[in-house]
Amino acid sequence: MKDLEVVGKNLPRVDAAAKVKGEALYTDDLVMAHMAYGKIKRSPYAHALIKGIHYEEALALPGVLAVITGEDAPKAYGIVPQAPTEYALAVGKVRYVGEGVAAVAAVDEETAEEALEKIEVEYEVLPAVFDPVEALERPDVVIHTKAKNNVMYEGKQEFGDVDKAMAESDLVLERSFKTSYVNHAFLEPHSALAHFDANGFLTVHSSTQIPHYLQRTLALVLDLPMNMIRVIVPAVGGGFGGKGEVASSELCAALLARKTGRPLKVTYERSEVFAQHKGRHPCVMKMKIGVSKEGIIQAVDFDNVLDGGAYGGWGIIVLFYTAAMIHLPYKVPNARFHGRRVYTNKPTTGAMRGLGGVQPRFAMESLLEDIAKELGMSPYVLRLKNAVESGYTTLSNVHVPQAEFKKCLQTVAERSGYLEKQGKLPLGRGVGLAGGYYISGTAYTLYMSYKPHSSALIRVDTEAGIVLLTGATDIGQGSNTVLAMMAAEELGVLAEEVHIVSGDTQLTPFDLGSFASRVTYGAGQAVRMAAQLINRQLYEVAAVELGVRADQLMSGGGKIYSRYEPGRTMDFMSAVAKYIDARGPLSATGHYSPPRKGMKGVQGANIGQSPTFGFSAQVTEVEVDLETGQVKVLKVTEAGDCGQPINPMSVEGQVEGSIVMGMGQALFEEIKVGSDGRLLNPSLHDYKIPTAVDIPEIDSTIVASYDPTAPFGAKESGEGPIQPVIPAIANAICDAIGVRFLELPITPEKILKALKDKNGELTT
Amino acid sequence: MKRLITLNINGQDFDLAVSPRDLLVDVIRRKVGLTGTKKGCGQGDCGACTVLVDGRPVLSCLTLAVAAQGKKIQTIEGFSEGEKLHPIQASFVEHGAVQCGFCTPGMILSAKALLDRSPDPSEEEIKRGIAGNLCRCTGYKKIVESIEAAAEKLAAREEGRMS
Repeated sequence: MKDLEVVGKNLPRVDAAAKVKGEALYTDDLVMAHMAYGKIKRSPYAHALIKGIHYEEALALPGVLAVITGEDAPKAYGIVPQAPTEYALAVGKVRYVGEGVAAVAAVDEETAEEALEKIEVEYEVLPAVFDPVEALERPDVVIHTKAKNNVMYEGKQEFGDVDKAMAESDLVLERSFKTSYVNHAFLEPHSALAHFDANGFLTVHSSTQIPHYLQRTLALVLDLPMNMIRVIVPAVGGGFGGKGEVASSELCAALLARKTGRPLKVTYERSEVFAQHKGRHPCVMKMKIGVSKEGIIQAVDFDNVLDGGAYGGWGIIVLFYTAAMIHLPYKVPNARFHGRRVYTNKPTTGAMRGLGGVQPRFAMESLLEDIAKELGMSPYVLRLKNAVESGYTTLSNVHVPQAEFKKCLQTVAERSGYLEKQGKLPLGRGVGLAGGYYISGTAYTLYMSYKPHSSALIRVDTEAGIVLLTGATDIGQGSNTVLAMMAAEELGVLAEEVHIVSGDTQLTPFDLGSFASRVTYGAGQAVRMAAQLINRQLYEVAAVELGVRADQLMSGGGKIYSRYEPGRTMDFMSAVAKYIDARGPLSATGHYSPPRKGMKGVQGANIGQSPTFGFSAQVTEVEVDLETGQVKVLKVTEAGDCGQPINPMSVEGQVEGSIVMGMGQALFEEIKVGSDGRLLNPSLHDYKIPTAVDIPEIDSTIVASYDPTAPFGAKESGEGPIQPVIPAIANAICDAIGVRFLELPITPEKILKALKDKNGELTT
Repeated sequence: MKRLITLNINGQDFDLAVSPRDLLVDVIRRKVGLTGTKKGCGQGDCGACTVLVDGRPVLSCLTLAVAAQGKKIQTIEGFSEGEKLHPIQASFVEHGAVQCGFCTPGMILSAKALLDRSPDPSEEEIKRGIAGNLCRCTGYKKIVESIEAAAEKLAAREEGRMS
């Protein structure tokens, strides 16, 4: 194999220069001639029947072009198509404060806002519930008629004999944990611009992670054939899962564009981003782990109640992800799961960075820490003893082709001085360790289909040069950069010679979208295959020119050359010219389908299946102010196994972003809900996310790793690194002050109360 | 009632009809058409709409357009040195400080204002200088490093000028 020339280099992002100049166009930056603006009227009640909507007065306002209500598009949709529960606008009843009930199109936003005030909605208020555990026992609150006891879905899995294994364990520890209601807080609010051309063809520009699913949903809700819809994704200002579902803004823009016959833009205010939500599921978890006296895990028993909010969203998937997540990164020989995803009258929860993993990880890593202490064993040693290695297959039939998790643990322990510090720092100072992992793509599409999950088309000619067309969506994670780098590596050219076109359902070949950490791995395979096919075609022509066999040829340094006689060489572009002269246009399509594994007969066991997995470990050092209860995260030492990094600088960016995002969730981020269901802090003023002054020192290491199943050995790095963040902080706080926190966020109030209770205990 | 005002943006005068309640961010984005200034919250919390007014960072979503008359407004579009990136911009690109890019224009303008008043800032000063600019992608580390590196580059350039 030749040395890598592009992959593994810290190249700047392909879109970075445009972004620093303010030239990158995001959806709300786009303007079309004759464009109108849409605004959404939202419910003030958490649960109410809609008895009537009167909008004649709004329609009469000068400059108002159209008004729509739920009745204009009464087709239910959902990202999980088997269980559609959502509408463009509420149909018949509202289920959370802030749900859209009507939308207005007007010549400008001010007029549209004025019109919203003139819409009268008659409601019959219903009793509402905001706590998932309470919702299970409130027969008087029926959020969805099909969901008995407000349970949207109940799942059970059992592998091995958990009861027997627990009985035979030397130590069994059980605790209950609770996680909080957090939002992605990406900087760019949702925005969509829809336009029907004279032939009735719909084009939607949108800040979405999932152009394909948006195209499907638009077809369903607007009752249009998919081939009459084009979705284009301009620059996207962050997603983290929050733009991984169709938003009401997108559907309303299209519906209003159809009704007015004008291009129409809907951009959310920040408070509407919180109403759209789809953030992390708060979980009420009970977890029990049994171990031998040597510290070997015997069984895990996990009960989880997930707060789903008002609608389905990614709910079923998240439910079973929390089940799947207990099988790694430690060997678990017996496991049981019981989970319910429950409706409540709040903005819907959904997919958020590391979905389904972050919550059980908090529980499991906290428990393992306490188990180690009870056994008188180092938490590090306990984790090493149970850590998975390459080639491991879980009880749930998940195969891990390649894992350097032990190397991650060893690296962070060494670099942080964990063994010297743990249990030995003065009161108020502590270190905590945690491990984690995440999928690199899924094995199945959300609807039944055998089609490839990713595809890529490369066309090369002497005019446009090398053009890579891919359906993969760059949402700021940098996929355009790494995919162009992979194409360049295979073709033996410079990364900047590859022009990438992405995120356009009309121009680019199929891709499922940016979620489940699937793009580098999946779309990367498609790109690599397309580039290999281009090379193969070029080599046939180049071989004749160079007088060597085609199978001796290689590409590199902008040339095609014989591996045995490097003197026999020709420029890549002259080979392209020769090829086109002789055979006509040159293009190739690559595609990728993951192995479909799963487990027949086991509920939800297809979920969590992934072609490969990334791993991570972290040691976090904190200082707790005993007077104020403030926690300062001093340093996070991280080591990650993302396979061969395509662009290490991008990997570091993902790791650092994950650490800081996870820290916010651990210590302060939480959407507060009032007794009437109103969000109390739907702004970036009151919903605090970390700022530059909050950040810890970060020492991250990409451990040496190469996954032979992966394109250039690369695995995910965008969702694995957030997994250990929260438990590592919780374990560090426990090390600092001797208190185990079971509920997130761990606020100064909770710390002060715990310190007070503890001192009380000590003195009495 | 709309009023006619003149705003000086990036050295150019723009004659604009605005209502007294129109916000600077909306006028810059919609009426002038400079969309590099971003609107992330509309409430002065995120810093994405930061512009420089007479050299000082200002949240354009909390500033009335009429109040910016007679002042020198600088947006990200007026920041590059012709074809070339400004050293702060170049540093953001080289050091991987840009991910989704939505916070980037405001972040760069805050960094510029910081380096103008404090050419050799400590790490703490840099963090405080951009504390009003939220970023959800990067974890800020590479942004801080970029500003540190840009400060060095600017200092070297200044020295070159002096000698």
